[in-house]
Amino acid sequence: MSDTNLPNAPTPLITLLRALAKGVTYSVGLTVLLVLTFLALRVPPMEGLAKIWEGAIGSKDDGYWYPLTETLLKAIPLTLTGLSVVVAWRAGLFSIGAEGQLTIGIVVATSIAKLGAHLPGTLLAIFMLIGAMSSGALWGLLAAWLRIRRNVQEVISTIMLNYIALQILAWAVEGPLQEATHVKPQSDPLPTAALLPRILPMSLTDGIQTRLHLGVVFAVIAVIMVTIYLFRTPGGFALRLIGQNPEAAKLARLNADSIRLKAMALSGALCGLAGAIELMGVTGTLYRDFSPGWGYTAIPVALLGGLHPVGAAFSALFFGGLTSGTSNLARFTKGVSSVLVYVIQGAAVLAVVGARAWKNRKAGTEVD
Amino acid sequence: MIDIIATLQGAITLATPLLLAAIGETVSQKSGVVNVGIEGMMLMGAFSAVLAITILPNLAMGIAVAGLAGGLLALLFAVFAVRLSANQVVVGVVMNLLALGITGTLYRARFGETGTFVKTPILPSLLFGQNILTWFALISVPLLWLWLYKTRSGLAVRACGEQPIAAEASGANVLRLRTLCVVFGGVMAGLAGASLSVGTAGTFIENMTAGRGFIALAIVTSGRWSALGCLIAALVFGGVEQLQFIGQAQGWRLPYQLFLALPYVVTLALLMLGGKTGQAPAFLGRPYRRA
Repeated sequence: MSDTNLPNAPTPLITLLRALAKGVTYSVGLTVLLVLTFLALRVPPMEGLAKIWEGAIGSKDDGYWYPLTETLLKAIPLTLTGLSVVVAWRAGLFSIGAEGQLTIGIVVATSIAKLGAHLPGTLLAIFMLIGAMSSGALWGLLAAWLRIRRNVQEVISTIMLNYIALQILAWAVEGPLQEATHVKPQSDPLPTAALLPRILPMSLTDGIQTRLHLGVVFAVIAVIMVTIYLFRTPGGFALRLIGQNPEAAKLARLNADSIRLKAMALSGALCGLAGAIELMGVTGTLYRDFSPGWGYTAIPVALLGGLHPVGAAFSALFFGGLTSGTSNLARFTKGVSSVLVYVIQGAAVLAVVGARAWKNRKAGTEVD
Repeated sequence: MIDIIATLQGAITLATPLLLAAIGETVSQKSGVVNVGIEGMMLMGAFSAVLAITILPNLAMGIAVAGLAGGLLALLFAVFAVRLSANQVVVGVVMNLLALGITGTLYRARFGETGTFVKTPILPSLLFGQNILTWFALISVPLLWLWLYKTRSGLAVRACGEQPIAAEASGANVLRLRTLCVVFGGVMAGLAGASLSVGTAGTFIENMTAGRGFIALAIVTSGRWSALGCLIAALVFGGVEQLQFIGQAQGWRLPYQLFLALPYVVTLALLMLGGKTGQAPAFLGRPYRRA
């Protein structure tokens, strides 16, 4: 594919059209995949597809507002963690650390909420967002530093940092951040004033209470900013060059170390933001096993999106829909569960990776 | 008092899955292929051993099925990462996701929702309280060294990782050898998984490998791609995991999460200290294409 071999910048319109065309292709392919999986699990395929559709999009009887906004809601953290993977992998760093960076981010955000409970809500919310982003960035920088100074492969280090972060969260919600009665492994509810407001008034949504919050705006802004950064700034060009052709980057006298540090910091900050938004927009409390694997799902999201920010946003929407769809399916069908999503994801990414490798099998370049 | 012998035995038991997976990965990496999918292959092994034993009440067959499952996933990895020259790390990551999904889906389809407890028999111990998989792991350490350094096929495998073009010129089939090495690594990872589930736990829990495949990768690196190095590093990790039980027995007043996080911290520390990769195969991680 020419756009992955040379770091040139396609025009936004072409990028968008390409992403849309890809989206259609993938949707068809994934429907086929779903049907095959249903057949393997002995679920009537049409019924299964219908349940997924109702869960993700809606139906005439139950309306569309709630399922659609739930799909959007689930796409928010996936978009942000997906962006994080796009940034790191474009820089040639195969980070799997989104989960840990997100986790550290929410622990720090909750700590800030506890310490700053007396602050005005908006100010506290801003502090929490900044705190989550910078701690996520630090967690990412740790992996970058290990790679640059100690030659530790980021594939391994980020996984280790994920498990360490999970234990820090588990400790925090049974220790310093535990709720006042010290019974459950969770924090006290965050101050209501610091929560992200819901953005759809009930008068607009036929009187249905939706949970869509301000975070969706942040996610859209992040997609636009990362796109501009990667494809319209010298820094983004350098980042992509390092990832695609380290030799050429060396010839161009780019400082690979500082670019990698920057990439991992940005990658980590996006994950911290993802966590904080979920914490402040949906759950309102911190608890053990907070993330249902957004950091890991981010990888298929980014890969299916062609390692492009806009593509990642579309595939996050797709996976958001798939997640709400399969949990709807799981509610009605015995023996089918939400982990089914992983199989679909894995198989889908494998198909994309395989198709690309097949296309480039004669070419001399390594493909992702 | 800490019972030294019991502690050592425990450490060896805990080191077994790591050692098995690390030996398999060493072979794969010696041939030039980094397989970060061994985490998933371990998980497949752990699950299929339990599944097989509930169907065929025979532990030996359970272990064989575990090896087979790991090997099959490794074959899938090899099709993409070796034959099609796709990025090895990417394909490995995808394998892990796939394994998590397959085991989770099948587990719930077969045994019911999460939390349902499946009890299987545990492998009997042979000598010194260690089961057959542990003995197999220990014996495979000298065997691996002998094979890699004293046989023609071992030399050919090392050549695939160091100088694939020269290896091909001297008559070796690089792609086939790499595929075989990767599949061997997958079989070993599958056995490693079985040693977790039917070897010690007597059950399967979703994502029960919890990063052990990645720790095995770290063991290969910090063991400098040598069989003996793998053994030493695996024992260190077994000892670190064992600390948790010592801590409990001694009544140390430390948060238990600290002990749970310790193996991962130690992995990072070990990788940091052994930062030089001078002993790594020269063509490690680079796909080979026939001209």
